Amino acid sequence: MKKRLLAGILAFCLAGTSLVGCGGASKGGTDRSESNEIVIGISQDLDQSLDPHVTVAAGTKEVMFNVFEGLVKYDPDGNTIPAVASDYEISDDGLTYTFTLREGVKFHNGETVDLDDVIYSIERCKTDPNVNPQTSTGLQCIDSLEKKDDTTLVIKLSEPNTELMSLLTLAILPDDYDKQDTQPVGTGPYKYVSRTAQENVVLERFEDYWGTPGNIDKVTYKIEEKAESLVLGLESGALDLVSHLTTTQTNELDKSDFNIETGSMNLVQALYLNNARAPFDDELVRQALCYAIDRQYILDMAFDGYGYPIGSNVFPSFKKYFDDSLTDYYTVDIDKAKELLAEAGYPDGFSMTITVPSNYQPHCDTAEVIVDELKKINVTATVKKVEWDTWLDETYKNRDFDSTVIGLTADPLTARSLLERFKSDADNNFMNYNDAEYDELFAKAIKTYDDEEQVKVYKAMEKNLTEHAANVYIQDMADMIAIRKGLTGLTFYPLYVLDVSTLKWE
Amino acid sequence: MKYALRRIMALVLTMIAVSFLTFAAFHLIGGDPAQAILGTSATPERLELLRHEMGLDRPFLVQYFHWLAGFVTGDLGTSYSYRQPVAELIMPKLGVTFVMVMLSFLIIVALSFPLGMQDAQHSEGKFSWVWTVIGQICMAVPSFFLSIIVSYVCGIVLRFFTPGDFPDMYRHFGSALHYLFFAAVCIAVPRIAMCARMLKSTIIGEMEKSYVRTAISRGNDRQAVLKYHVLKNSLVPTIAFLGQTMAEIVGGGIVVEQVFGIPGIGRFLVSSIATRDYPVVQALVVIMAFWVIMAGTIADLINMKIDPRLRLGGGE
Repeated sequence: MKKRLLAGILAFCLAGTSLVGCGGASKGGTDRSESNEIVIGISQDLDQSLDPHVTVAAGTKEVMFNVFEGLVKYDPDGNTIPAVASDYEISDDGLTYTFTLREGVKFHNGETVDLDDVIYSIERCKTDPNVNPQTSTGLQCIDSLEKKDDTTLVIKLSEPNTELMSLLTLAILPDDYDKQDTQPVGTGPYKYVSRTAQENVVLERFEDYWGTPGNIDKVTYKIEEKAESLVLGLESGALDLVSHLTTTQTNELDKSDFNIETGSMNLVQALYLNNARAPFDDELVRQALCYAIDRQYILDMAFDGYGYPIGSNVFPSFKKYFDDSLTDYYTVDIDKAKELLAEAGYPDGFSMTITVPSNYQPHCDTAEVIVDELKKINVTATVKKVEWDTWLDETYKNRDFDSTVIGLTADPLTARSLLERFKSDADNNFMNYNDAEYDELFAKAIKTYDDEEQVKVYKAMEKNLTEHAANVYIQDMADMIAIRKGLTGLTFYPLYVLDVSTLKWE
Repeated sequence: MKYALRRIMALVLTMIAVSFLTFAAFHLIGGDPAQAILGTSATPERLELLRHEMGLDRPFLVQYFHWLAGFVTGDLGTSYSYRQPVAELIMPKLGVTFVMVMLSFLIIVALSFPLGMQDAQHSEGKFSWVWTVIGQICMAVPSFFLSIIVSYVCGIVLRFFTPGDFPDMYRHFGSALHYLFFAAVCIAVPRIAMCARMLKSTIIGEMEKSYVRTAISRGNDRQAVLKYHVLKNSLVPTIAFLGQTMAEIVGGGIVVEQVFGIPGIGRFLVSSIATRDYPVVQALVVIMAFWVIMAGTIADLINMKIDPRLRLGGGE
């Protein structure tokens, strides 16, 4: 009996191992370099709608950047270059834009792009209420869209808008197609093939692309919500590339299999303060916090030393508008911070909460370090972790918070989108910044048509934010990308995107 | 027959109650799916438009009955997050979870019976404590932790499978089964230990009863008594326990699926709760409730078959 039992158990175990034996052997990146495909790991599923005009999540745009193009598109420096348009001209008064349509640009469904598609796309972004409000507000300056001939589009503006070019990166879509939600069609170097909820998204190279075509035939984005699974997937060979990793995660990887590239997240991470709530309504208190919080210490403690310290609301890779002289405007000075607090009437410090969305580990870690640092000036901070949903509702919408650590991005990539939110009556001014001079500067900025002049005004606005210590600016976070050896051509943009068209297997 | 009818009634009522509670819970915890979808780009107009599109601007009870009416007629609604029919979204995932759970259950049954019997017979042996300790450890290790260890050791070091590279089950069933085997083991291990221990203590309890002594004193073979009399009597509580196990491994599977990157309903459920995708969560919760109740019912039915006392409504 005993023997039979043991035999039974053994047989079962053997069955298990034979199952192991017969299964497919593990395939690594080598197989995929032969079939010319790659698998990219992402931590978030795409938006409910894939329609590029409606999409909001940065993670979705990161993927769909490869599928859609506008009249113009961004190059790796953040400048706009012709895409669906082959050329353009701007009149001296900045009121007339003339675009020449590139010949023979094809949609992924095989149709040729004509001016009606272009006009439809711009009109839709301007008027459809489902469209991202930042885009539609910006486009209100368009007075008329005129078809001069089959390939020439004349856009007339009611007032000059130096940011129009950035807005015209909006995706050109076919005017007679209504399935963008689920089966999007664009003109980019990769076409959308399919998605499976919480599993993957598949793109394929578009053979009829007008420009330099992509190298990789098939790109699969695999969705793994657990960071451990992403790292595991890299190690096992299931994934070839994962971005937005932390140093702890990249340290786990075998460096003989992977290259680790460091880019930046292109966002402004800060301790955003509710300027309308005491004690943060007092500039002295806000400045005290700026003097007390050591940004390098945060980078060392929570980011293994990686990251790019900032002093105002623009990230360094957005070179045109970034003012490096503001970065070290506040240097760590605990005595000064204490003095300022005493002057403001808080000689014994105060208590505050730091609200953070619990799904963003880097922000949570940053908040913890800040709590530690604030102890030095007798400020007792507590971290309150909330669900992303709650954060949006309470902090962002209802502005019911003391302070919060979050990263703000530029979408579209314009100085305006980064800086308009501090205008006292801006909808998204959740930190309730209120400064008359700032509002004046902003009004001046959008009325300034000379590019150089305008940059100066925007920089003055940045300076205003720093001087009045609107928030405690921390850094643009480092973006660690693990990429399998043999895969090259990774290109960085000052945007939250991953360009797969330049990637290739060696 | 009467019994079956009663069971079915209970099943339907429980499912309705569960679905209502889930619906109510969602309304209580707050969070707005429209807000979750639009994020920081939400404006009052956009929110209102989307809410109307999703039917969220209707009163709570109207929303519930609308859903219920749809469910009864086989329409599970449309997912907020994917704008696709819920049934279409969850069916393939249900299949994967089902196969994983069944595989795991098979492992539990196949291993816990021999182990439990073996252990009971040698409970006074010199090394029985070794088994007890191993059992304790197996019970204490969380499936989650075990999953990480197994996927690292079997996946990365030994390369038995490729973690994160789950094949399409509907096209490559063999290799999918191969992948699921490791996850199933992780779910099964603590359960095997529990089940074996349960069987062991029941058998030992039975062995002390007077009918066993009588049977052995009348010259019956010890093994035969164990096999034909004791085991049968010990089965009832064990099968009830297995019924419970069947229900619980679905829950345990949620975490394991996430670690192994298995596209089952567990992962989908968690993310759908986060995005407040009511239609998906409702459907999954009701299906899981159905599963739990069915597992209990089947265990009861089997026990009635085995033990006539239960059929008569008597028992001990």
